[in-house]
Amino acid sequence: MAFESLMMILETCREKEIPFWEAILLDDMNERNADRQESMEQMRTLWHAMQEAADRYDGNLRSNSGFVGGAGRQMEEYVKKGDTLCGSFVGTVIAGALQMGESNACMKRIVAAPTAGACGVLPAVLVPYYKERKVSEQKILEALYTAAGIGQVIALRASIAGASGGCQAEIGTASAMAAGAMVHLQGGNEEQIAHGAAMAVKNLLGLVCDPVAGLVEVPCVKRNVAGAVIALSSADMALAGIKSRISPDQVIDAMKEVGDLMDVSLKETGRGGLAGTKEGQEMAEALE
Amino acid sequence: MNIFEILGPVMVGPSSSHTAGAVRIGLITRKLLAERPVKAVIGMSGSFAATGRGHGTDRALIAGLLSMRPDDMRIPDSFAYAKEEGFEFSFEQVQLRDAHPNSALIRVIGEKGRKLTVQASFLGGGRIMVNRLDGIDVNCTCEMPTLIVHNMDQPGHVAEVTSMLSHKSVNIANMSLYRNKRGGRAVMVVETDQPIPKESIQWLEHLEGVIKVTYINVGGEL
Repeated sequence: MAFESLMMILETCREKEIPFWEAILLDDMNERNADRQESMEQMRTLWHAMQEAADRYDGNLRSNSGFVGGAGRQMEEYVKKGDTLCGSFVGTVIAGALQMGESNACMKRIVAAPTAGACGVLPAVLVPYYKERKVSEQKILEALYTAAGIGQVIALRASIAGASGGCQAEIGTASAMAAGAMVHLQGGNEEQIAHGAAMAVKNLLGLVCDPVAGLVEVPCVKRNVAGAVIALSSADMALAGIKSRISPDQVIDAMKEVGDLMDVSLKETGRGGLAGTKEGQEMAEALE
Repeated sequence: MNIFEILGPVMVGPSSSHTAGAVRIGLITRKLLAERPVKAVIGMSGSFAATGRGHGTDRALIAGLLSMRPDDMRIPDSFAYAKEEGFEFSFEQVQLRDAHPNSALIRVIGEKGRKLTVQASFLGGGRIMVNRLDGIDVNCTCEMPTLIVHNMDQPGHVAEVTSMLSHKSVNIANMSLYRNKRGGRAVMVVETDQPIPKESIQWLEHLEGVIKVTYINVGGEL
């Protein structure tokens, strides 16, 4: 990958007079020695897999442990009553994030974005947007390139693994990717994409990875909701012209530093945080 | 990481390491065995053992041994498919000395009687490494075409293999040599940029002093 920072992506966009997503597409073609069509088709396959995964949600399923399942359906039914605090679109986003997280926990097929544990964030915002706003599939693919470019920079400068950076590295990264994607879909410029991503990371900075019994279930499923909703609020702030006071690349560097300082009990070891609570421990023991 | 390592893979959940990674370990073991498995004893250590059942690690390993890929929707039901194929298996917890914390030790027998012991581990992010084959270190990721030659520890075998590869215009990307003791059993692991022709593999198998030749090229399948 040629981009070591979001700043470098923005500079490339300015120099070549191309949008953010195209800089990522061109870099991918170069990196994998693929032509434009090959790359776009591969991205289309992922988008179709995401939509299919969203469609195949089954509210009757429970995970092997029995910890999760059914919440996505509960949320969906609640939203249908038309009296949510968040409104119908955000309500649907919340339901979508829960559903994909639950599908993952129940061994259904999903698209890791950037990880399996955070697989609900991007589809939660993209799938309902695609349905309700009737944007073209091309536009969604562009949004996915935008998201992938943000994820690449975070993977390089910080981490996308809970075991090394905590949940901020998984849900935080997914949220930043989704924020950038939404800014693009709403017609924001390159700088707004970077600031949308930065504000999402800032809002999730320090989030620990504390899964009960070490399973990708509690609290992972519901944290997909946090990632998706913060992506929307961050994108809206960026589109309003609000900027991150700390520049986007330095925000990512802060995520790296926070991850390094985080105690190992809070990095996917299933020992600290929620996993370490009395109930969390009891749930883990009951499985053995 | 390329963009399709950030977005993707398409996989059966819940864990890129403990589920998708476990399918990969099973699949690579199947490729190494190169025949249909009939019996397997699978030892799990570390977090593999601790959270394996919740992550479907057991079903994922069996799915891989049945040649399923990480996005195969039959993975949750792999035990039933194994039964249909007459493939018997059991699981146990093991302590592995000097091993990566999350490892699996698979002892498997194929339908033609070929036996294989594979010790493999997760490197994170769904990537895996085969650490030992039949008790000898190999430490290969199997992401490139990989040739593994078990031979007597005596002069000339490395030259035989490398000159064959040179003759076939196959470029060596990485090469490692291991042995259990001087003059004992040795293993060479050669990762190459191009695939190795089948007849060259067969030629190697007939060389004096060569005990076993294993070739694996999973390409884009993982």
